[in-house]
Amino acid sequence: MRVVLAEDLFLLRDGLVRLLEAYDFEIAAAVETGPELQRALAELEPDVAVVDVRLPPTHTDEGLQCALRARRERPGMPVLVLSQHVEQLYARELLADGRGGVGYLLKDRVFDAEQFVDAVRRVAAGGTAMDPQVIQQLLARGGGADRPLDRLTPREREVLELMAQGRSNAAIAGKLVVTERAVAKHTANIFIKLGLEVSDDDNRRVLAVLAHLDRDR
Amino acid sequence: MNTHSRSDEVRARTRAMVLAAVRGLALAVAMLPVSILCLVLTLLSIGLIPIGVGLVTTPAVLAAVRAFADARRRLAADWCGVRIETAYRPLPEGANPWTRTFALLRDRQTWRDVLLLPVDMTAGFFTALLPAVLVLYAVEGFALALGLWRAYAESPGGTYWYAFLPVSGPFSALGAVPLACGFLFLGYRYGPHLLTAHFRLTRAVLSPSQEELAERVRVLTETRRDAVDASAAELRRIERDLHDGAQARLVAMGMDLGTVEVLIDKDPERARALLAQARQSSAEALSELRDLVRGIHPPVLAERGLGDAVRALALRLPVATEVSVDLAGRPEAPVESAAYFAVSEVLTNAVKHSGADRIWVDLHHADGMLRATVTDNGRGGATVGTGSGLAGVERRLGTFDGVLAVSSPAGGPTLVTLEIPCALS
Repeated sequence: MRVVLAEDLFLLRDGLVRLLEAYDFEIAAAVETGPELQRALAELEPDVAVVDVRLPPTHTDEGLQCALRARRERPGMPVLVLSQHVEQLYARELLADGRGGVGYLLKDRVFDAEQFVDAVRRVAAGGTAMDPQVIQQLLARGGGADRPLDRLTPREREVLELMAQGRSNAAIAGKLVVTERAVAKHTANIFIKLGLEVSDDDNRRVLAVLAHLDRDR
Repeated sequence: MNTHSRSDEVRARTRAMVLAAVRGLALAVAMLPVSILCLVLTLLSIGLIPIGVGLVTTPAVLAAVRAFADARRRLAADWCGVRIETAYRPLPEGANPWTRTFALLRDRQTWRDVLLLPVDMTAGFFTALLPAVLVLYAVEGFALALGLWRAYAESPGGTYWYAFLPVSGPFSALGAVPLACGFLFLGYRYGPHLLTAHFRLTRAVLSPSQEELAERVRVLTETRRDAVDASAAELRRIERDLHDGAQARLVAMGMDLGTVEVLIDKDPERARALLAQARQSSAEALSELRDLVRGIHPPVLAERGLGDAVRALALRLPVATEVSVDLAGRPEAPVESAAYFAVSEVLTNAVKHSGADRIWVDLHHADGMLRATVTDNGRGGATVGTGSGLAGVERRLGTFDGVLAVSSPAGGPTLVTLEIPCALS
């Protein structure tokens, strides 16, 4: 799998390259500025891009803008965005086109190599990988007195949280130490309680949940 | 070479003389009717306040008077390099006619603008006209000598007085020539200075007085002390947070790793547990640093500017919050940061104390003023009194000459407005 990597800090870039190579990814390019990233994305057509939000020369949200632009030009192009902080605002922009192949994670998640690599693979395959912090922000906010979310059982909330991060039923079952059948039952209940249409497609299911949570404001 | 520069100088001074004459004439001619009209309308409008009509007309009339004074300030700077300070007090936005009128009438700058009007009709008019009079009078003197005297001499009465010189025939008319030369020389020499003198007079009338400047100095001293105090306190807080947080965790991590080094052969199981603990410490240190950074300068603010930073903040609030932004650019970083933290504090206050379930934030920039309004549908009763978060906001905005206004009747709604003068880039 070919990866384009954009990160301006040498130590982190080097570390990410080594980590990804250890898991048999092919690094098509490892760049450090926005314009370089833009060129690499256009010319190399990688299977997935791993991008830091903040890049030179502006040191603002150059990386995010590049990723969004690349996805406008090549719809659904898989992008995993990394940042020192996560904002719902940015998550919303990444998810706005309603397609999969989007990830948005805190840089800390790199600490757990297995999970990080899993997230990269998921995004490359057209899935989503949303940082638990984003999901918690989405779930935590108040709003009206009678929210569909309040009708979920604690277990269903846990399942929802993991599902919204982009995990498959199998992964959720592994994490919560229950059977996959049980998870399927929980997800069906969640969809009914939130009034969402049930879909067999994992990715579409996650996007529907995220859209629902984001709208509920 | 020398003669060159000399003729250049003469040419330049002649141009300056003509320019001063033309400008002074135009100014005097335009000024007189406008100032008479403005003065009459002002007196009339203020006189009509008791029957109510004046409340509506006075702000408009005074705005016109101010525009007139502003035009003169611009001309003074453009034509003669005379800078005239202003010291208008900010007007409450969207206030009722009564408070607007009286806020205007309480502003001393308004009265100076009005006082300029009678000065314009008298001394101002003369000083503006003088450069042109000198030139035109000199031209008339030459014209007399060239034959204009005939027109006067042939009329009944027979004698025409050119200044103190009686002109009645060709010879006395020739006597007008040296006198006209004198006038021309005066205009050549002093014409531009006279126009400058006119604007100096304008400045003398319009400039804020000593007491007001002293008051301004007092305010600046106070806000500067507040700013220094606030930043010192902020630095202490950051030091403490780093010392007790990230720094301590890094120490713990280093210790754990040292122990791992020793244990790795003897007791691999415990070494693995310590490694996990070290990783945990590093994650916690990171999350603490992240919170600290958010408190110093939120990353979204650096990346996207005020509008999106407030939007991102609103998304993190537990209360549904609508944000509308109309900013064509970004203010300077210190202003942006101050505005962000002020809005953030006001929002926190609203969430904590108002009991509201909806909040609206509006950010816009107009007339050199960044204005943020935070409205909530809570129970009201918010004050800027001592100890409240709003007092701190007011102090911090003071550093930037910003102001805070709170309208919060019991039962709500609460409307907090803050304004900071600044330019966008």
